[in-house]
Amino acid sequence: MNKVVSNVSEALIGIEDNMTLMVGGFGLCGIPENSIAELVKLGVKNLTCISNNAGVDNFGLGLLLQQKQVKKMISSYVGENDEFERQMLSGELEVDLIPQGSLAERCRAGGAGIPAFFTPAGYGTEVAEGKEVRVFNGKPHILESALEADFAIVKAWKGDTEGNLIYKATARNFNPMMAMAGKITVAEVEELVPAGELDPNQIHTPGIFVQRIFQGEKFEKRIEQRTVRTK
Amino acid sequence: MALDKVGIAKRIAQELKDGWYVNLGIGIPTLVANYIPEGIEVEFQSENGILGMGPFPFEGEEDADLINAGKQTITATKGAVFFDSAMSFAMIRGQHVQLTVLGAMEVSQNGDIANWKIPGKMVKGMGGAMDLVASADNIIVAMMHSNKAGESKILKECTLPLTGVGCVKKVVTELAVMEIKDGKFHLIERAPGVSVEEIISKTEGNLVVPENVPEMVL
Repeated sequence: MNKVVSNVSEALIGIEDNMTLMVGGFGLCGIPENSIAELVKLGVKNLTCISNNAGVDNFGLGLLLQQKQVKKMISSYVGENDEFERQMLSGELEVDLIPQGSLAERCRAGGAGIPAFFTPAGYGTEVAEGKEVRVFNGKPHILESALEADFAIVKAWKGDTEGNLIYKATARNFNPMMAMAGKITVAEVEELVPAGELDPNQIHTPGIFVQRIFQGEKFEKRIEQRTVRTK
Repeated sequence: MALDKVGIAKRIAQELKDGWYVNLGIGIPTLVANYIPEGIEVEFQSENGILGMGPFPFEGEEDADLINAGKQTITATKGAVFFDSAMSFAMIRGQHVQLTVLGAMEVSQNGDIANWKIPGKMVKGMGGAMDLVASADNIIVAMMHSNKAGESKILKECTLPLTGVGCVKKVVTELAVMEIKDGKFHLIERAPGVSVEEIISKTEGNLVVPENVPEMVL
């Protein structure tokens, strides 16, 4: 089945105010840059964004925060973004901080038809407030529910016209689970190839999870912490 | 003399055992990778999706797609593997990682740890720390004994929002190595030249002090 759309604007048709979006990436690594830029252009507001981080002040999801397009963030770590911290501490922005592993599993569960699961992460902390606790093998666990989104926007290295995706290195991170959990999943890829070009043994996300795919116009791939050693 | 960050990392590196998979947190824990004792093989996991994390790349060889959980550019060792975040935390929650080393703002004598939030002031988020501390069998905390105001961070009870309860097994600071068991800190070693009295005076939590407290050998 051909999932190809011609460009980013076509890929994001249907995104409206008040929607819930999943956005792949860890820090600035593996984020759908082209789609984020388009969301800024579209000016959609009151979004709930599910993403591990919130970008930095002037890149990634930080761009949406600057424009006050986000009503609520669901993330695990937001330390790199001053504007985010300011909006959160002043109460302008609703924030749900959840443990990273629970975030990943809640997205996976959403895509896999598992409504909820028990995890030990967060037991005895603020995260457990209001959640059912049950003891398994002598250890307390808390009930976490699945996450779903109106749109999941992911970034892959290579994709084919069927929507099959291959990620590169640690740019994989949250993208595969989010791809599973979107009612509509949009994949932007660095290289779009005809069906049959990718080795079926090597595909990370099967095309069944992807509704729209396009080749991104440009990828800046900004590095957050450039660390090197000397020869 | 009290240890510096490198000293703390060197002491923690002595805890590594051959064949272990190890997750290192951001800050001092990251430095541990530089001091793996000779003759043992360990592999580093970073929760953003790599097992087999290597040293920083040479200048000009940085790859934006290859970072650690601290968002630093890294390299992959021979035999390394990449995976998604759900798989990564399956390794962690499923106790396939033998040792977790992380930083803390406070640790209490029953093994509680706080390291993700100062209400009204600083909210960075817990990242993977809550999953790590809730699951790992072997958790070592690398931290300074006191905060900048000189108040002890080795406490009877944590005052900050918790990251996990009853999970920390060992604490290494610039002054001491302490084990946590039976609801108390147990002084195991002191930093070279640091007196037992100094450690006692800077520890708010209950501290069991044996007759003989050896100096660390670094």
